[in-house]
Amino acid sequence: MSHFLDRLMFFRKVQDEFAGGHGQTTHEDRSWEKGYRQRWQHDKIVRSTHGVNCTGACSWKIYVKDGLVTWETQQTDYPRTRPDLPNHEPRGCPRGASYSWYIYSANRLKYPMIRGRLLKLWREAKQQHQDPVDAWRSIVEDPEKAREYKSKRGLGGLVRSSWDEVEEITAAANVYTAKTYGPDRVIGFSPIPAMSMISYAAGSRYLSLIGGVCMSFYDWYCDLPPSSPMTWGEQTDVPESADWYNSKFIMMWGSNVPQTRTPDAHFMTEARYNGTKIVTVSPDYAEATKFADRWLSPQQGTDAAMAMAMGHVILREYHLDNPSDYFVDYCRRYTDMPMLVQLEQTDKGLAAGRFLRASDLDGNLGEDNNPDWKTLAYDEAGGDLVAPRGTIGYRWGEDGKWNLEEKAGKDGKDVKLRLSLLDSRDAVSEVAFPYFGNIEHEHFQHTDHEDVLMRKVPTRTVKLADGSEARVATVYDLMMAHYGLDRGLDDPNVASSYDEDLPYTPAWQERITSVPRADVIQVAREFAENAHKTHGKSMVILGAGLNHWYHMDHNYRGIINMLAFCGCVGQSGGGWAHYVGQEKLRPQTGWLPVAFGLDWSRPPRHMNSTSFFYAHSDQWRYEKLKIEEILSPLAKPEEWSGSMIDYNVRSERMGWLPSAPQLGRNPLAICREAEQAGKEVKDYVVEQLKSGDLRMACEDPDGEANFPRNMFIWRSNLLGSSGKGHEYLLKHLLGTDDGVQGKDLGEEGTAQPEEVVWHEQAPQGKLDLLVTLDFRMSTTCLYSDIVLPTATWYEKDDLNTSDMHPFIHPLSTAVDPAWESRSDWDIFKGICRKFSEVCEGHLGVEKDVVTVPLLHDTPGELGQPFDVKDWKKGETDPVPGKTMPNLVVVERDYPNSYNRFTSLGPLMDKLGNGGKGISWNTEGEVEFLGKLNGVHWAEGPHKGRPKMETAIQAAESVMGLAPETCGEVAVKSWKALEKFTGREHHHLALHQEHEKIRFRDIQAQPRKIISSPTWSGIESEKVCYNAGWTNVHELIPWRTLTGRQQFYQDHAWMRGFGEALTSYRPPVTTKTWHKVHNQKPNGHPEIVLNWITPHQKWGIHSTYSDNLLMLTLSRGGPIVWISEVDARDAGIEDNDWIEVFNVNGAVVARAVVSQRVREGMAMMYHAQERIVNTPGSEITGKRGGIHNSVTRAVLKPTHMIGGYAQQSYGFNYYGTVGSNRDEFVIVRKMDKVDWLEGDDESILEQEYTR
Amino acid sequence: MSYLDHLLFGYLPYIAGTIFLLGSVVRFDMSQYTWKTNSSQLLDSSRRFRIANILFHVGIIALFFGHLIGLLMPHSWYAFFGLTAGGKQVLAMTAGGIFGVICLIGMLMLLHRRLTNVRVRAHSQPMDHFILILLFFQLTLGLGTIFVSVDHLDGSVMLMLSEWAQRIVTFQGGAAEAIANVHWIYKAHIFLGLLMFLIFPFTRLVHIWSAPFWYLGRSYQLVRQRQG
Repeated sequence: MSHFLDRLMFFRKVQDEFAGGHGQTTHEDRSWEKGYRQRWQHDKIVRSTHGVNCTGACSWKIYVKDGLVTWETQQTDYPRTRPDLPNHEPRGCPRGASYSWYIYSANRLKYPMIRGRLLKLWREAKQQHQDPVDAWRSIVEDPEKAREYKSKRGLGGLVRSSWDEVEEITAAANVYTAKTYGPDRVIGFSPIPAMSMISYAAGSRYLSLIGGVCMSFYDWYCDLPPSSPMTWGEQTDVPESADWYNSKFIMMWGSNVPQTRTPDAHFMTEARYNGTKIVTVSPDYAEATKFADRWLSPQQGTDAAMAMAMGHVILREYHLDNPSDYFVDYCRRYTDMPMLVQLEQTDKGLAAGRFLRASDLDGNLGEDNNPDWKTLAYDEAGGDLVAPRGTIGYRWGEDGKWNLEEKAGKDGKDVKLRLSLLDSRDAVSEVAFPYFGNIEHEHFQHTDHEDVLMRKVPTRTVKLADGSEARVATVYDLMMAHYGLDRGLDDPNVASSYDEDLPYTPAWQERITSVPRADVIQVAREFAENAHKTHGKSMVILGAGLNHWYHMDHNYRGIINMLAFCGCVGQSGGGWAHYVGQEKLRPQTGWLPVAFGLDWSRPPRHMNSTSFFYAHSDQWRYEKLKIEEILSPLAKPEEWSGSMIDYNVRSERMGWLPSAPQLGRNPLAICREAEQAGKEVKDYVVEQLKSGDLRMACEDPDGEANFPRNMFIWRSNLLGSSGKGHEYLLKHLLGTDDGVQGKDLGEEGTAQPEEVVWHEQAPQGKLDLLVTLDFRMSTTCLYSDIVLPTATWYEKDDLNTSDMHPFIHPLSTAVDPAWESRSDWDIFKGICRKFSEVCEGHLGVEKDVVTVPLLHDTPGELGQPFDVKDWKKGETDPVPGKTMPNLVVVERDYPNSYNRFTSLGPLMDKLGNGGKGISWNTEGEVEFLGKLNGVHWAEGPHKGRPKMETAIQAAESVMGLAPETCGEVAVKSWKALEKFTGREHHHLALHQEHEKIRFRDIQAQPRKIISSPTWSGIESEKVCYNAGWTNVHELIPWRTLTGRQQFYQDHAWMRGFGEALTSYRPPVTTKTWHKVHNQKPNGHPEIVLNWITPHQKWGIHSTYSDNLLMLTLSRGGPIVWISEVDARDAGIEDNDWIEVFNVNGAVVARAVVSQRVREGMAMMYHAQERIVNTPGSEITGKRGGIHNSVTRAVLKPTHMIGGYAQQSYGFNYYGTVGSNRDEFVIVRKMDKVDWLEGDDESILEQEYTR
Repeated sequence: MSYLDHLLFGYLPYIAGTIFLLGSVVRFDMSQYTWKTNSSQLLDSSRRFRIANILFHVGIIALFFGHLIGLLMPHSWYAFFGLTAGGKQVLAMTAGGIFGVICLIGMLMLLHRRLTNVRVRAHSQPMDHFILILLFFQLTLGLGTIFVSVDHLDGSVMLMLSEWAQRIVTFQGGAAEAIANVHWIYKAHIFLGLLMFLIFPFTRLVHIWSAPFWYLGRSYQLVRQRQG
């Protein structure tokens, strides 16, 4: 009742006595105890997760009390696994557990914000112009006004605005840009759809409907391993973490599982209890080492050398000395090793050329369909040349022969392909192999072997159609020779023992990697022995540690070779487990139409971000890596002229890589011009390109017409995390303060690119408008013009999946979006509505010509089969879709953009749905979604179409269309694949045909997805998800040229750069520290270290790195780890402030001096937010910088190859990648730590605060 | 007899007393979590602080009971304790002086700490500063009365003051008249005293109500029974 009245009972307080009067019982009030009891009481628990790029995809319980989110705990209700396999639960980590802090923190974005300067200009412009589009023009076309707000980006000055106003400005900017420069000048960047698919789809759907460009992320993050598409024709497919438990021998190679795969690490522990042997490979004493039975510590960046030596041991012992039947059979059936390669004459001798094709032989060897794309092998029985089934030529243009049955394509005759010609050779040829281990590098050990290694290979002679003769060898024999193995051919250049210092023996690698040869031999032997006994249950878990090097392909391919030699890929408990940045978008084929507006118009505009940022932040103007430095010693340098950007331009021009912006003029205008000229748009564009009246935008990235004008960033912290060449982005893309220390090629007076227009003055501030959506004030937000507050992960409905587990589960609205925040879906819906209003009078129904590269998994991937011919140089005709990008005219109904956004369009019924080369009818699903979500009744193009107004309706559309979540579709999709393979597959989903997983189902409990042909593993009660499983067990070909796991890459550029077979290539020299070393002394010694930026412990990328709880667990600000030896040399003590810099820029941090770190490297956990505890830099005079302030993207030409089977472009599938590990930096102690804060007065006086 | 005298010494005591009592009850009932001293000892528990704290509390508790007895004991009882008005006056001045000085030393040390110790200062509410400064002035005034009282050691003024107090607490009229002619310093002292009662429920002083005397006599174990 009343505390006071209760007290009045004071004299009757004691009720009883006990213990002889030592104790008394009372009736005193106990309601105060509620305070403690209520601490853990709550009103409801809602299932959600963290849409953060960690691949964890853990389901969480979100506790809500009094309408506020109070805390979160791990869900434990994942569907059970089978007996004898540990369960998944619980999943989570301290980072996720700290998330609720953000929601009500000072970092939370609460209102729409806009750069104050821009708002002032806008309100003035609105006074003078009634039309918002005109108002926008009056600002951005006035150089003075534009500079006024662009130059203040990143310097504070954001003020509160209203949704109505920011939507209007954004829409006006988009309309103006589309109308004036072209819709492809509106760009959007958002990563990892799987972490919150609907939020991703919101922005990408808006952009795709108006003709904007969606940018890739996987390649830009350098998490895409190009080795995977090269070898498997698959972006990345990996075993789920539960499959670790099935493995008997695991190598954790450059992957720090407990730190970066925290929720999955329990499977590693459980595997150990189960008897699995574990070897870790990492240069530093990483946390994962605690699991290890053996720790190998190669020098950073030299892993490929070790992998080559292990491959040498495996081939020697398990293929030559004591052949394992299992290994040999596996290599014959599932790899390209029996395929024949033509040898060609070079200046240095005979070298491996391209694969022999059916079209090389008389009468095309009886193959009429795609004979250029069918590779050949010898049949063991008859000794005849055969075109075995499954090669890419069988995929397109004919049915039923694209499979891995051991049969000839032509007549279905049983064949057994001959792996080696050793016993049936008609000659032994000396073949030249390129060698790169002798390239000198200031910080890496080289060897003094010749740059061309001559080795003997058994060969045969084949008579070609033109009457000439060709020498051919199998990939298997070439591989043996390349690895330096003695085949008994009296070859003086191969190794007689492991101790001989000859590429690629264990003794040879010891010098390069520092790992004792005995360790390498033992690990390789155990790895193979285990795989032999268990039929492939050896696994390698690898990650960013290896993949972020310039020559990452070789780190990976060396390892993939080991796995393939031992038959591990596609076997449960075995294979290649690359877990970086690739959250598997399980219902991908259902999501694609929603995300890219394929229900209204196809194709969407996609762009690979690495090439985009390289070109548009003008990083190419500072390129220091020359082509001849990375060319094969077998190539003729004069045939390979130009600089890095030239190769990228050629690639875009030939339709290999995508372009954005695409053509040198507004594509809407081009279509109108074509109409006026009375020509087909396609013909008109070709004609214009050929005459040179029209150029592709990529040939003049600094031309004003080709600037990317508007940019959206959502679900990303591009400028605080992934932006390689951070300072260049600030300088050229944003046009604000930067820390670039070096000069560009013009200032340096060095050779300039051939294909690109050179502007003496590089543009600054190409972007007119940068709009960022986030829930927290990130670094990117600080640099943006408009900042839109999004719902947090506990305030919206969305879908989440991962490659680490087979479940689909939701993000849910535990509480409504706080303050004025809105979900991404609602934000883009709002912008789209405004766009549809504002465009009146400027844009109507328009024709838009879209350039499309030669895409993987489409017939377009059969581009130029042999030599590379550039139409621009007159070597061939420009044929859209063959020798240049395809040109497709798309109709945009701009005033109806909003109506299109909120409904599922008619192309689904008309064209169906599909993915990865197969397609199926979707009429039934669309009808079902119309019943489930309701249909639109208002007049317009959307009348009668299923609604997609809410995020849940969008989620239902995704799940209703995807085979992974709709059993009927799964069966349909398997049947669609059967047409290609001629084999029965739909039994894999038939038992689940009537299952439908809906949004409320996954809110109740995570659901295991249904097996689908989109993925190469299956969901079953018998095996865990494992990549390549259906290829091996269902005989579905890999989507490569040979249809098999491909280890010989025969494209002309692959050979030109010496990468047909994998080898060891030392890190490249980036030359970024020479000109600044000891140039601006501060009295402290300057040392040079390798710049290593691994994933961090106290955050997931930049998220959580500004979270108070995580800051409290770490040192509370940016840190760089260095070794004790280096620290002593530089006079640095633990916790000293240090500066790290080179020509790219500078970053400041505190030093962590630790025995963990290897000498010669500085480790900065990447993406530590510069908004926390970061003082000014002595070098740049600006605040701190981020880990990418000292990096610059450097492209690799082999990643630009396209239109060539597996080496064809696909969004986030193949393309240039933003590597950064070869970078070196200067490290020194700071003399004076300046926080650049001034006194209170000066802060107030800084006029830019408003 | 001015209007102000009536207001301050005739009516204000009842207003202050009502707010003091009702305010305390209301706060105790409505806001249990604020019923505390807001001790800063966790932030700074130096030896100096402990000494200051003890000096202050010993002094102020003695002064409190001295005033309570001195003001409210009926005059007729003096003889029973063998005291004359004059003797009581001297006793009050001596004891009050000694404990006043003890309290003053403690208070100055506490005040210094509260204003200069960064952690304590950051933790302080404006009311914490106000009440401490108010107490300081009140104590200074109280000590100041000693020098005025020297002029009338017969206890005549003291009798007037206690007459005022007793008329107030017994709800008799004429309380204000009883002290109409005393020196201004007494009036100021009384006024500040009433002010302290007035603001008492809004300050940390409420901890006085809950001083844990019963700890001295309680059993070793107390079990609060569950109630329906």
